[in-house]
Amino acid sequence: MNDPRPRIGIVVFPGSNDVADAAWALGALGAEPVLAWHADPELPAVQGIVLPGGFSYGDYLRSGAIARLAPAMLAVTELAAEGVPVLGICNGFQILCEAGLLPGALRPNASLEFVCRDVTVQVERTDTPFTSRCSAGQRLTIPVKHGEGCWYADAEVLQTVTDLDQVALRYAGLNPNGSVQNVAGVVNPEGNVLGLMPHPEHAVDPLLGSGDGALILASLVDAARERLLVSV
Amino acid sequence: MLVRPKQGILDPQGQAVEGSLRQLGYTIASARVGRVVDLVLDAEDPGAARAAVERMCEQLLANPLIESYEIELHEAP
Repeated sequence: MNDPRPRIGIVVFPGSNDVADAAWALGALGAEPVLAWHADPELPAVQGIVLPGGFSYGDYLRSGAIARLAPAMLAVTELAAEGVPVLGICNGFQILCEAGLLPGALRPNASLEFVCRDVTVQVERTDTPFTSRCSAGQRLTIPVKHGEGCWYADAEVLQTVTDLDQVALRYAGLNPNGSVQNVAGVVNPEGNVLGLMPHPEHAVDPLLGSGDGALILASLVDAARERLLVSV
Repeated sequence: MLVRPKQGILDPQGQAVEGSLRQLGYTIASARVGRVVDLVLDAEDPGAARAAVERMCEQLLANPLIESYEIELHEAP
């Protein structure tokens, strides 16, 4: 492939554990993954950001509550405001909610059990940097693995989320955690920040059960590449 | 300070505790599980201490969307 490889930063927190899979998947899909340490106040020059899954700071207090105060998160917040696509996967989703970059909060699963299995999600928005390769209503098989993935929003927040069409992905069929309105992933009003509980980086090769996650990550790589081409 | 899941929000931990207590033969109406944060701080007076802890709750110790909190003040011995 001769397309330029956009640089996508993966922020590594103490307790992040999906960094390697995210880096491998982004590399395989045409990006150059760049690891960024949580304590660094500045990120390297990147055209996209991934906040990976894991248990940052041991999920102390609430999942994501400590991580959102990491110096790197200030940089992420600034870049997000500039329009850089930011993808938060699982713990990354929790961090983005705690940071106020996304609406709602993630609560312990309704079942109280850690859930680890494939789920089906339906694509509700195709006009985001993370879903551009999907078709409207397309169903993707992607695994989840979390204990606190029950997305919650009160009536007021939910109204805004509905009005602004911020639900990008919904569980179809089985809802693994009891989230409000089967929400699996939400975007910010601008559409350049997505948080989702399923792990697209674990579903980029049919050998491992599904390649559907590659649609989400390849969409991100496309968007990052566009930013790269505009900037040169 | 004491943090609890807000009223009306599903509290699966509380439900699990409730079920286990019933299993032990206790009659209870409900159980909710929260968390306690003990803070030791210097303040001019109880009002200033309360105001400071309230700010800490809003910024970090509780998530106002899903949790409520109560503050109890005691003078350090």
